[in-house]
Amino acid sequence: MTLTPDQIQQVAHLARLDLAPDRVAIYAQQLTNILDMVGQLSGASTEAVLPMAHPLDMHQRLRPDVVTEPNQREAFQAHAPAVQDGLYRVPKVIE
Amino acid sequence: MHTSSLKKLSEGLRTRQFSSRELTQHFLARIDTLDPQINSFITVTAERALSQADAADRRIAEGTATALTGIPIAQKDLFCTEGVRTSCASRMLDRFIAPYDATVVKKLHAEAGMVMLGKCNMDEFAMGSSNETSWYGPVKNPWDLNRVPGGSSGGSVAAVAAGLAPVATATDTGGSIRQPAALTNLTGIKPTYGRVSRFGMIAFASSLDQGGVVARSAEDAAYVLQAMSGFDPLDSTSADRPVDDLLAGLQHPISGLKIGLPAEFFGDGMAVGVRAVIDAAIKTLESLGARCVPVQLPNAPLSVPAYYVVAPAEASSNLSRYDGVRFGHRAEGVKNLEELYKKSRGEGFGAEVQRRIMMGTYVLSHGYYDAYYLQAQKVRRLISRDFKQAFEQVDLILAPTTTDVAFRFGEKTDDPVAMYLNDVYTIAANLAGIPAMSLPAGFVDGLPVGLQLMGNYFSEARLLGVAHQYQQATAWHTQMPKGFN
Amino acid sequence: MAQHEWEAVIGLEVHCQLSTKTKIFSGANTAYGAEPNTQADAVTLGLPGVLPVLNGAALEMAIKFGLSVDAQIARRCVFARKHYFYPDLPKGYQISQYELPIVEHGVLDIEVNGATKRIGITRAHMEEDAGKSLHENFVGETGIDLNRAGTPLIEIVSEPDIRSSDEAVAYLKKLHQIVVYLGICDGNMQEGSFRCDANVSVRRKGTEKFGTRTETKNINSFRYVHAAIDFEIERQIEVIEGGGKIIQETRLYNPGTGETRSMRVKEDANDYRYFPDPDLLPVIVTDDEIERIRATLPELPEAKRDRFVAQYGLPVYDAGVLTGEGPLADYYETVVKDSGADPKLCANWIITDLLGGLNKAGHGIQDSVITAPMMAGLMKRMADNTLSGKLAKEVFEAMSDGEGDADAIIDRKGLRQITDDGAILAVIQQVMDANPGQLAQYREGKDKLFGFFVGQVMKASQGKANPDAVNRLLKTALAGE
Repeated sequence: MTLTPDQIQQVAHLARLDLAPDRVAIYAQQLTNILDMVGQLSGASTEAVLPMAHPLDMHQRLRPDVVTEPNQREAFQAHAPAVQDGLYRVPKVIE
Repeated sequence: MHTSSLKKLSEGLRTRQFSSRELTQHFLARIDTLDPQINSFITVTAERALSQADAADRRIAEGTATALTGIPIAQKDLFCTEGVRTSCASRMLDRFIAPYDATVVKKLHAEAGMVMLGKCNMDEFAMGSSNETSWYGPVKNPWDLNRVPGGSSGGSVAAVAAGLAPVATATDTGGSIRQPAALTNLTGIKPTYGRVSRFGMIAFASSLDQGGVVARSAEDAAYVLQAMSGFDPLDSTSADRPVDDLLAGLQHPISGLKIGLPAEFFGDGMAVGVRAVIDAAIKTLESLGARCVPVQLPNAPLSVPAYYVVAPAEASSNLSRYDGVRFGHRAEGVKNLEELYKKSRGEGFGAEVQRRIMMGTYVLSHGYYDAYYLQAQKVRRLISRDFKQAFEQVDLILAPTTTDVAFRFGEKTDDPVAMYLNDVYTIAANLAGIPAMSLPAGFVDGLPVGLQLMGNYFSEARLLGVAHQYQQATAWHTQMPKGFN
Repeated sequence: MAQHEWEAVIGLEVHCQLSTKTKIFSGANTAYGAEPNTQADAVTLGLPGVLPVLNGAALEMAIKFGLSVDAQIARRCVFARKHYFYPDLPKGYQISQYELPIVEHGVLDIEVNGATKRIGITRAHMEEDAGKSLHENFVGETGIDLNRAGTPLIEIVSEPDIRSSDEAVAYLKKLHQIVVYLGICDGNMQEGSFRCDANVSVRRKGTEKFGTRTETKNINSFRYVHAAIDFEIERQIEVIEGGGKIIQETRLYNPGTGETRSMRVKEDANDYRYFPDPDLLPVIVTDDEIERIRATLPELPEAKRDRFVAQYGLPVYDAGVLTGEGPLADYYETVVKDSGADPKLCANWIITDLLGGLNKAGHGIQDSVITAPMMAGLMKRMADNTLSGKLAKEVFEAMSDGEGDADAIIDRKGLRQITDDGAILAVIQQVMDANPGQLAQYREGKDKLFGFFVGQVMKASQGKANPDAVNRLLKTALAGE
């Protein structure tokens, strides 16, 4: 499996990463190497094996429907990059 | 004071040989003079430490102290600490002042009464095995300042190894406690997944991350792990079962234990010198009454490839919250929303984090999910089954922690795959979620070598017990690096 | 255009906000209308290090819904992350369910033009709502309010079984009625508690293959759903007949113009990279749990309507109106039970007089000044002949004006009906004495004057004389026998 610089750009777009132009080819080579290493997985016989998402065989606990979180807007927004009138500011969202 | 065990420090505080303030000042002074050499702290919280020390002294006077009250500790800088920068060693969170405390932080400080000296350096977002990916610069190994301390908990181990903190918290996703502990002559334990709360511990790979401790002995580690562990209703993956008495477990004799030696961990990859150290350790354990037998972990060699699918996949998802909107780095002068995202993330994340985000994004994306992610999760089950079967035959599994001693800076930075293979012996335990630890077992050319013990789920007490008994019979763990003793 | 040659294929996705007190994964308040971001807690904001824990009430509500549409409840369901970058989505992913949703394979019977049709419900899954983008007061920027983010939703996905906008609206109304009945959603469409996306395609009648579909997003009233679907059907037919092709895309409905328009979403937006959320564990639902929840289910509209027909002898129409909303049905049953009056009489009064007035004022049964016990008091006095229909109207009006309950008004205004034969005869005698001319004409055969005498008697008794008794007694008296 070889990753081309174009594919790197696509993946970087999906992940919303701005890559320096001189890094693209390097990343392409490095990710290709990693994928080669990871490619060993295809040799494993995993027929009828259930995927394992969690180490422990536990199930989800449920939380009671009780309000526990007070308003902490001031604390949460104290170090926020851009707020106004209690709202988080972002460049215009166009629908 | 910086060479004393936690037990000694605790006695010293209780018998008023010194106050917590004096003890804290001692470590703060050492940080002040020695840390510039090793760069183990990102943030030193001297004022807060002294006020916590004073509170601890009052608790000791009032008689409400725990065994750990007044003893300083350093926190890996991915545990959220209210009012203190929690950076994950990333430019992304360089100015992030956590508005809340991680459960571990609450347990160690508010409940146990420990004193926080500061926040330790680490690989950015815990991604790395050399502590070279930190936005705040690499951490140096106190045993040889030209070499890496290991990662990702490089700051935590360097601080403890250099005597700048008696003990430190750390986290382990693929070996980030055990590998750096091995490279700096420390005892580090990664408990069973779900034993220590992940709430407030900034996520790298949620199904693998586990908090733990690095210390100068198994006994020290037991004290702190006891206080850190326990069920947390705020963490859905936290195990709802009582914590064993780890201190009582220290006294269990090794005699009669059956220790498995997996051939898959004793292959060609191991350096000759390391092999000799491990063989000697096996002999010591046998002399203490353990029986060592071969055991099979046939799928273990697939650990590294499985891990480098699962961990980046989860990381790419976990790190998508860093978008420059609500917290963290935000690029300036952007034209539109897409640029805000791309520039903030492009500037905020370093190269290794970007690599893993891209890797994870790729393996989860349409058309590749089954071949990579699903297959890795299946292999993960195979690896986990191997352990299950092995633990039907043996009480513990012994292996080296690393293939070699600490390497030099820059040696592996341009070759991610070579860097990833550092974790070849440690990753399997994370995939299975079992507890594992590293303890000092000797030296090669003056550089420490770690011995790894892996146990069945929730067998922390037994692991620490074996380590403690071994440490009663050996002196490797008492060695300190020159210039820091 | 030859519309009759075409057939529309419609599937609906309904986002229904669950009426929990707190968010699906944290203990933050979900009340509507709070100051921006005051209900955005650490988990909602996706602060570094926070973790989700599932709200048990949200799970229970989702199960209730599943049971009410005869669906399968998954014994094991899994939360997954759906990734995309958008400022109202704090973590860069939405926690949703993908491969293993809580509810699958349900059905809903709807009635359109007197015929019953079964619409399949493919699935209903739990997920978290997003926040809101606000554009006012920001030049070239958008403000983000995350109060709504993390509110529990169930997304109910229908099979593409719907063939017209009428059917679509009937389906939505039925769904709306059920979730409100169940008490799992407040049903407020203006506030976005119940929102609809419509997948619409067209095909030539008689063909099997589905056409390319478009998805029209977030339509927030039944009327708009009707209009948006009609517009989209017409537009698609026009495009195809004009030789064009339908593009699979997301569209937005503009209530101002009644049109839909393309949102021009880039293709890559669809690579959501779903995978099981590693912060959440599989949700296990036991048979016992399902049975416990089943036992708490209220009687659903259809069953209630059938019971009303059988138990109270009501026409299907009346029963349908009265069971349209749970509180209204409860109101009716209280009135019948407390008054002991004829159930049909009670139905008439509630439907015509009470609901007529409330609807005109834009109020619901909960807003009624006349409570069920008050209404029962009125019906009781009709049943025991204390009030005639005419008097009852007067009492009803007084009750509406807040003058108290029926008995108090009757006493205060002296509106008690005269049913005593002797008293009525006295009035009749009085009227006959006062109108000798008319009496003579009547007795000469001018029968039409009977009505005149009824009127006079009622007038003389100030409307209080029992009309039946007046008729009976007057006939004899006028005949002079």
